[in-house]
Amino acid sequence: MRHDRLKDTRSEYDVIVIGGGLAGLTCANMLARGGHSVLLLEQHYNLGGLATWFKRKGHIFDIALHGFPVGMIKTCRKYWSPEIANMIVQLKGIRFDNPQFSFTTTYDREDFTHILEQRFKIPRENIEGFFDTARNMNFYDDQGMTTREFFEKFFPGRDDVHRMLMESITYANGSTLDDTAITYGIVFSNFMSKGVYTVRGGTDQFIGKMREELLKNGVDIQTKCLVEKILIKDRKVAGVIAKSGGKCHYHIKSKAVVSNGNLLSTIHKLVGDENFSESFVTEAKRVRLNNSSCQVYIGIKKGEKIDYIGDLLFTSEAEKFDPQELCSKNTTSRTFSIYYPQTRPGSDMYTIVASSNANYDDWANLSEGEYRASKEDLIQRTLDALEKYVPKIRDKIDYLEAATPKTFQRYTLHLSGAAFGTKFEGLKVSMGLPKEIPGLFHTGSVGIIMSGWLGAANYGVIVAHNVDKFLSAGVRNV
Amino acid sequence: MTKEQIKDTILKIIAQIIPDEDLSNLKGDIPIREQVDLDSMDFLDIIMELRKRYGIEVPEDDYIHLATLDSSAAYLEPRMREL
Repeated sequence: MRHDRLKDTRSEYDVIVIGGGLAGLTCANMLARGGHSVLLLEQHYNLGGLATWFKRKGHIFDIALHGFPVGMIKTCRKYWSPEIANMIVQLKGIRFDNPQFSFTTTYDREDFTHILEQRFKIPRENIEGFFDTARNMNFYDDQGMTTREFFEKFFPGRDDVHRMLMESITYANGSTLDDTAITYGIVFSNFMSKGVYTVRGGTDQFIGKMREELLKNGVDIQTKCLVEKILIKDRKVAGVIAKSGGKCHYHIKSKAVVSNGNLLSTIHKLVGDENFSESFVTEAKRVRLNNSSCQVYIGIKKGEKIDYIGDLLFTSEAEKFDPQELCSKNTTSRTFSIYYPQTRPGSDMYTIVASSNANYDDWANLSEGEYRASKEDLIQRTLDALEKYVPKIRDKIDYLEAATPKTFQRYTLHLSGAAFGTKFEGLKVSMGLPKEIPGLFHTGSVGIIMSGWLGAANYGVIVAHNVDKFLSAGVRNV
Repeated sequence: MTKEQIKDTILKIIAQIIPDEDLSNLKGDIPIREQVDLDSMDFLDIIMELRKRYGIEVPEDDYIHLATLDSSAAYLEPRMREL
């Protein structure tokens, strides 16, 4: 092992944050603002984690589904800067289209109430009861009730209503009818308060501004730097071993480490089971990962236009909502995110990103030929479906590419390409790390409620608070 | 600090966290969250600010004491008296 220093870094920090997803970035920013020395290490060349982008043939493609709750404005104002908060704007055209119903909505309580009453003929008191119960749910409530049971209580036997309430959330965070109702209630209510929001300027500018803010606050940032091991000494965190530029290994000391990597690889790979109590490892092994995704990136030729057909289209040809169909390799259920030129003021380019949920296992074990054919099939089926909303779509395209669960795994290093972190039980394990090993923290998408752009950023703040408490106690004890 | 000064300090912290809310008529004996739009993240910000400004650590089990302005002042007074 070489002990020389990674360029532009110190040999020791108060905190090392592993991974620059929204949770890791926000956590690093808060800790730096609190006066701690912070090193942020990211294995990819871009920051953002899944909130990322890529450029091809003059197009910029945004990866993460572009829709989060209004709370993101406040989160950005408080934990980043007013300038970043001001980039957030509402998406007003949320469209549903499937064999059971078809309509466009602003995706808020008022409009949903109207639709449930007028179109689905649901009595007002059931609607009010449903919304009020969802809004009052919190983390400490009964975890026994499933989302299915919650829907049945207010809309018995109405699988069309269940679909309207569930399908878009399934795309947003991978949760489904058998997950704990409180996770649904918290996330759904966040959206229903004021609708769906996005970033004006694109993910590239948004993350770019965050990077500037981090540097301004004194965070040292290293990209293309892979952490191989979190060092534990005398049952406490001692630092990390990182690899940058091929074969060079670097040993960097720190009092605390925050992993924004996948929870399970943090425990089993970066730290190692031998450093935890047996009961903790057993509990960690029971944590289920969420599913992965497929995406198709569609670049529209310069000069071509697309009429306004809505901002986010939740489309499906499945007769009924079926969580298995939704993740299957041949699913007809997908979200189209339409990026009009006003997404990036000054641009005249249109792009479309189609997202569907997917299982890693369906894609992981294909031969190279089968994998390539499956990708092509995914692209063609997506275009067939898009034809309904944008006639002659194939004539307008000059760039096409697809991502599969394998792609997500390759770029994010998340086990099984998990796109939405873990199921509910992951939250307790994530929060339990510092009790096992002082100085060890995890942040990032876990437990469904801490997932998505807003959940991840807020969880970054919560963990920063815990790290700050840990470091301050250390100072007082000296 | 006196209890009045502590209340004033907490109000200033809250004003910084939720600048759009009118805090002038906040009653001391009614839970703050029933009077203004203060969510759980905002509450966490208050805890963080107390640590940052005064080095005061409020354990999670004691969060309940910070429900109203009056109870906050009573709870914090022994620790802020000397400040």
